[in-house]
This record gives sequence, C-alpha cells and structure tokens, in this order.
Amino acid sequence: MSKPLLGVILGAVLGAIDGLTALFAGPEVAPMIVSIVIYSTIKGIIAGVIIGFVARKYHSLPLGIIVGGIVGLALAYLVAMFPDESGKHYYVEIMIPGTLVGLILGYATQKFGRHPSRQTA
Amino acid sequence: MTNLSDDQMRRLRDLVDAPDLSGTRYRIERRIAVGGMATVYLAYDEALNRNVALKILTLPDSGTDLAPRMLREAKIVAQLEHPGIVPIHDVGTLTDGRVYYTMKFVQGQTLEQQVASHANLNDRLRIFLRICDAVAFAHSRGVLHRDLKPSNIMVGAFGESLVMDWGVAANMREKWTSDSSEPRSSSKNPEPITQDGAVVGTPGYLSPEQASGVKGTIDYRSDIYGLGAVLYFVLTGRPPIPDQAVAVAIDRAIRGDFAPPRSLSNGIPRRLEAICLKALALRPEDRYASVNALSKDVGLYLDGEPVSARVEGPWEKVARWINKYQFIVIIALVYIIVRFFFLLWRGL
Repeated sequence: MSKPLLGVILGAVLGAIDGLTALFAGPEVAPMIVSIVIYSTIKGIIAGVIIGFVARKYHSLPLGIIVGGIVGLALAYLVAMFPDESGKHYYVEIMIPGTLVGLILGYATQKFGRHPSRQTA
Repeated sequence: MTNLSDDQMRRLRDLVDAPDLSGTRYRIERRIAVGGMATVYLAYDEALNRNVALKILTLPDSGTDLAPRMLREAKIVAQLEHPGIVPIHDVGTLTDGRVYYTMKFVQGQTLEQQVASHANLNDRLRIFLRICDAVAFAHSRGVLHRDLKPSNIMVGAFGESLVMDWGVAANMREKWTSDSSEPRSSSKNPEPITQDGAVVGTPGYLSPEQASGVKGTIDYRSDIYGLGAVLYFVLTGRPPIPDQAVAVAIDRAIRGDFAPPRSLSNGIPRRLEAICLKALALRPEDRYASVNALSKDVGLYLDGEPVSARVEGPWEKVARWINKYQFIVIIALVYIIVRFFFLLWRGL
C-alpha cells in the first residue's frame, strides 16, 4: 500500500474516531454528532493525503511527525473556527486532539506503507 | 654510554627480527602482531604504492608442516571473495625459505575495542550481523573458520566488518553450487589440520566439540557456537569462559559451563539472551541449523519481531508490541487522557 493511500485510509479512520469522541464533550454535542463525524473524517482524509505525500517524498521519521502535527493542528484550527449554533467555539477540544491525530498519521506514514521504487536511467 | 629506553630497545629488536624482504616488492614499516607461528607486519607495496599487512612465518620452516599450512590458509582465504572477509593480495617465499602472504591492511578497531567504545547495543548487533554474513558465505564455500573471536574481527574506518585470521580454517571439501547459501549437508570428515586429540581454537571461545579435540566431530555448527560466543561478548563485554588456566577453560568448554548473559547484566533483553544461548547450546543439534538462521533471529529482534529462540508469553508479546510502537501508544494514551480531561472539565 502506498504511503498516500495509507494516509487516506488511516486519516479517515482516525478522523471518524476523533469525531465520535466529541460525544465526551457533553450532551449538547449529540444532535450534531453526525456532521461532526463527517467533517472530522474529511479532515482526517485531507490530513492523511498531505502527510502521506510528504512521507512519500521525505523519508525522515522526525520530519514526518512534525509535519503531521502541524497539518493536524492547522486543519483542526480551520474546523474550530466555525462556532456551534449558540456561537460557542471549541478551539481547545478540537485542536489538541486534531494535533495528536496528525502526529499519529505522521508517524504511521513514515513507518509503514510502500516507498515508491526508484527508477534508474 | 647512553642507556637506551625500553621503546628504543623494542624498535631495535624489531629491526633485527624484521625479515629480509629483498627480492620482493615490499618494505617493512612496523610489526603489528605476533602469533604462535607467524608475525604480521605493516608493509609498503612499492609496486602499487599502498600499505598492506604482511603475514610471515616467524621462523624458517625446517621440515614441519608450517609452510604448507600457511600456503593453505592463503589459498582458502583467497577463494573467499566477500566484503566481510579480508582479501589476500599476494603470496610468496623469501630467500630464507619463509612463506609469506599479503592482505588488505585494515585501519580500524577490533570488535573488542568497538564493544568497549560503542554504547549502543543495536549498532553492535548490526556489526554482528555483518560478521554472520561473512561466515555464512564461507560456509557456503565449504570453509569453516574454527577460531571466531572478537580479536579476529576488525571494524574498519568505513564501518565495514572483516573476519580475519583464517589460520586454523578447515575446508570441508563438499560440492557446492554458486547459488547455494547454505552448506549442502552436515560435514562428514571435514579436513582437519590437527591430529586427533589436539585442540584448535582459543579456549574462551571454544565449542565443546572443539575443546574435546575429537577428530571428525567439528563442522559448521562449531562456527555457529563461535558466533554465539562472539554474540555473548557483544552483549556482556566478556567471553563466555573468561581468561583462566587453559585446562580449566577447556574443561568448562566441554561441559558448556558459562554464566547466562542476563546473570551478568540484567538489562540484556530476554529474546537476545535466548538467541545467544541457542547458538551456544552444548549439543550441535540443539544450535541453529545455519548461520543464516542465527542472523535471521538477530534481525527479527532488531525489527521488534518474535524470535524463534524464545516462545513468548502473552504479557511478553504485549510488552514487545508496546516497545515496538512506543510512539503511537504514548500519543494514543495522551489522546485518551486529553479527552477524559475535557469530560471532567465539562462536568465541573
């Protein structure tokens, strides 16, 4: 499995799990849980694609982890910018877990997945 | 009259003892090592303008089998073209009848020095794997080393590992193909170079069958024992049977009497100890079937995978998995703690 594809699949799974765990935030989240999970899954897929392509190009575990964290943080911030119906933002509750998911994606895409074969002239 | 210092006396003695290389293209630079039958010098090859190691019989051969042994050693090593085996450049006879051969001069450290200076266990294990590659290649060509020990292994300036001193090597003289990576079958009467009852090798690293000196019992599994002893050194910094009287060491080698590695250092992983103990098994049939099997297990250890030498319990498997995927486990735990914290925070 290529690294970008691994990033997509893992990003989708982790994103969905991350979205589901939003239920722990409180009962007011329950009516919105479906959209939360969908958006979180899409966020995970986008993060996985970016991180996967970085892993394909650069074979460095520390770099992969750092990039994963930054991408996870950035995408989580974009999601956290949107308030809920009452106008409340959930920056901390979204960005910290999002960053952690990004770190896991960065690590996993560096460690696993197939490197592209080198072609010689 | 000025008294000469010990160092000056030593240099004068070296000059006097230095062989006469007239008629050859070599020039002695300095003595490197002295063995029982031969001396190794750093020499300069004036034809190719490079340093070489020159090994020469210490004394002219007067009717003994030393010269044929020396030539045999050179021929054996010359046929083993492998990056992990020191290459032979030249062989010849001096005007006084002494046989010599030249080989690559390896600038680096012995494995003993490497282990002392290299704190990282995984780096030491990777050196060990390269040694296994060289010995496996020799076995595929029907050659046993029979004297594997840390002082016969050099780690060069570029990180290459070289197995040296094939002086007691045996040629199994079995048929092999260029494709084979394993000995074709266990040895039947490998060509010995000693008489029955004589012990070949170094006491601290002798296999039980070598220590017993019984002709015809030594085969490639003796080298696997030797590699196990080298691995023991890599793990603990000392040989399985430390320096003591030769008779005591031989007796202990025959009985397989040595301390398990973890009794010397608790930090040695159980899987590695199991690999080492399997290679050092008393009976040859209980050891690894081949050098490749031994190196495969060490490779599996380095990859965080289960090894054939040890059956893991369930908790050991969990611990190994956690150790292998430390990063993910830590991040997942942090994630759970963070979510739990938010839950509590909301509850407050």
